Amino acid sequence: MINATDVSGFLGRRRGRSGPDWSDWLAYAYLAMGVLVVLLPIFWMFMSSIKSPRALVENDPRLLPYEQLTTPSQDGARRLGVFVWTRPDGTQADVAFVGPRGINARVFDLARPDEVIEVPRSQLTRKDIVQPRFENYTEPTIGSTQSRNFNFLRYFWNSTFVTVVATLLTLVVNAMAAFALSKYKFRGRDAMVIVIVSTLLIPPTVILVPLFITVSSLGMLNSLWGVIIPAIATPTGVFLLRQYMLTIPDELLEAARMDGASEWKIFWRIMLPLSMPALSVLAILSVMWRWNDFMWPLIVLTQSEVFTLQLGLSTFKGELNDNMHHLLAMTVLTLLPVTLVFVVLQKHITTGIANTGLK
Amino acid sequence: MADVTAPSPAGPARNPVGWLWGKLGDALDGPFGALQAHIGANRMAYVFLLPNVLVFGVFSFWPMLLNFYIAFTGGQSVILADRPFVGLDNFRELLDCPSWLDPKTCPVSGFSFWTGVWNTLFFAVVQVPIMIVVALATALVLNRDIRARGFWRAVYFYPVMLSPVVVAVIWDWVLKRRGILNALLEDGVGAWNWLMSFYVGRLSFFLFGAFLFDCLLAMVFGRKPNSWSNRTRLIAAISLVLIYISVFGTAAGSFTLPEYRPINWLIDVRSGWPMFWVIFVYTWGHLGFYMLILLAGLQAIPKDLYEAAEMDGTSRSRAFWRITLPLLMPTMIVVLVLSLIRAFQVFDEVYVLTGGGPGQATKMIIQHIYESAFIGDAKRYGIAAASSVLVAGLLLLLTLAQLAATRKKAGG
Repeated sequence: MINATDVSGFLGRRRGRSGPDWSDWLAYAYLAMGVLVVLLPIFWMFMSSIKSPRALVENDPRLLPYEQLTTPSQDGARRLGVFVWTRPDGTQADVAFVGPRGINARVFDLARPDEVIEVPRSQLTRKDIVQPRFENYTEPTIGSTQSRNFNFLRYFWNSTFVTVVATLLTLVVNAMAAFALSKYKFRGRDAMVIVIVSTLLIPPTVILVPLFITVSSLGMLNSLWGVIIPAIATPTGVFLLRQYMLTIPDELLEAARMDGASEWKIFWRIMLPLSMPALSVLAILSVMWRWNDFMWPLIVLTQSEVFTLQLGLSTFKGELNDNMHHLLAMTVLTLLPVTLVFVVLQKHITTGIANTGLK
Repeated sequence: MADVTAPSPAGPARNPVGWLWGKLGDALDGPFGALQAHIGANRMAYVFLLPNVLVFGVFSFWPMLLNFYIAFTGGQSVILADRPFVGLDNFRELLDCPSWLDPKTCPVSGFSFWTGVWNTLFFAVVQVPIMIVVALATALVLNRDIRARGFWRAVYFYPVMLSPVVVAVIWDWVLKRRGILNALLEDGVGAWNWLMSFYVGRLSFFLFGAFLFDCLLAMVFGRKPNSWSNRTRLIAAISLVLIYISVFGTAAGSFTLPEYRPINWLIDVRSGWPMFWVIFVYTWGHLGFYMLILLAGLQAIPKDLYEAAEMDGTSRSRAFWRITLPLLMPTMIVVLVLSLIRAFQVFDEVYVLTGGGPGQATKMIIQHIYESAFIGDAKRYGIAAASSVLVAGLLLLLTLAQLAATRKKAGG
């Protein structure tokens, strides 16, 4: 039996010893298992996304994208599936399946295409080869075949537009407010800080209806601006930036004022560059929020021309269709930008979020 | 953005983004400078605040007030003037049931509301403790002096970066009737049965032979047979268990599992699996965030405390209970309240994964609000707003609890 001491020994820190002991191996086993649980589903979806539609419909559970080998028929009009024929004596030959006859199958040996023979179907096994199908990716994006159902490029552009514009606006608007609240003395400043931070108490999910009515009366339904504007002033952002700006010495600003710089120039040329660490944390958070946002776009955007990627994907998933191969490929494309950003900025993101405790 | 480090005198060639950014600032300096000349430098603070206050006001404060008003109105119009005042009708429709515990006894809206409430409560009460325990265990393991900590931390955090829609598509695909989970389970059951039917018998006799051989060695080398080594005891125990299994077990077939029949994880109504997977998938997607916060909390604990404890001969388990847990408590409380608030607002993952189904089995309260207002022919904004008021009350209590906890953390 594992007792409490063992468990807390395993979970506790281990210091000042040489060489790994059993609890180290247990720790690595635990981590490896977790990594499997995290990455295996994503990997499985990626492997599925390069399978042929037929393999997906047949629900082939194999990891690799197997597909049956085909060969042209004798007259060249059709493509025939290739099987491995195991003769009763154990020898094998590749044969092409021409058609059924009773319980037998009419086939011809690939080596002798002119001679159609009959063999029991039980002696045939499918000949599969590994063949990734990258058309799953190209068809809905640069091809024209399925773009009616899923206009990937349009959704991608909408998502990118929302993410970039909203992030830039979020940074500027919140930095301006944080600047005012940290570097000026005016009446009601502290009350203002309290009011802004207290809006953290309003969960956006429970003001859906009035927010929708406000946005619709401003004529911003089915417009990307209706998605962008309502959330650019985040109390999180103001709070984060203000705390950082408070640490920037006032003497810098005074020196600039002496040199005749305007308040705006002080903000733009001194405050913003000096606040880069805090700004980049907010930028990362904002990109994450906006790219992955689902609920608010779902309410504001109802026409498919203005859909973001997340909306397009969820709608496409909801439709009963046989385009699973496209859905999976587009899901991979949707998670790709976030994944790349994460791989590049991994340290920034994890330390930034750990320090602020915000998502 | 990353290039805006300093005023760049080098021109567009060296740092085009920084140069452009600087030019944009200079262009805006015209109007702002003129404004400053007009109102004076000190009042520029109000100008800097204005955009933020405007957006806050229009898109947070005003809707919050509006919500209370809409909760008392009926009809289907989005134009406020066209909405008749109906008093407490909406609340009556939601709350006027013979029993809140049994949503079936309620009118339609009340049924949907209370189903959502109970599902959300169940979700939160089960999901939050599980997630905190797993996140804490993972953070503790990552806080050991292990190799490649950055890699493990990044992998565990990665799902947090994925959008709820992507998470739902991934798991929907894994949990299909002919998906990889069922395939793995089928293979696992098959392998187990194969092992049971063929190998347990042989293995047990092999081990029993090893046991006899061990006894023989002990006798040859002069040890008394009754002073068995631990290895001998282990081998003896395992072989006895396996002999028992092979004699009584396989004969009765009690250790071979029945043939595995694939389960429709997300559709099977009576099994409770859909709720299980909703909880699992949500935890999968958010675990890394809480793990990260707990890890930061752990790393903030001064190391000399552990060194001092070790000098005093304190055991590791005692150090865990007496140092780690108490010092982590403030972080734990923040994590608890934060995850509770999030759990009560769960919508995205569940909506895309199960759509609230099968039936109403995974319908959450936010989905009820969303569907009352935006789905179907009858757009019942009043009902949705009234539900929001009730939910907001609950969330407000939780948030206040969080603030109190945060203050305690700052104070301690």
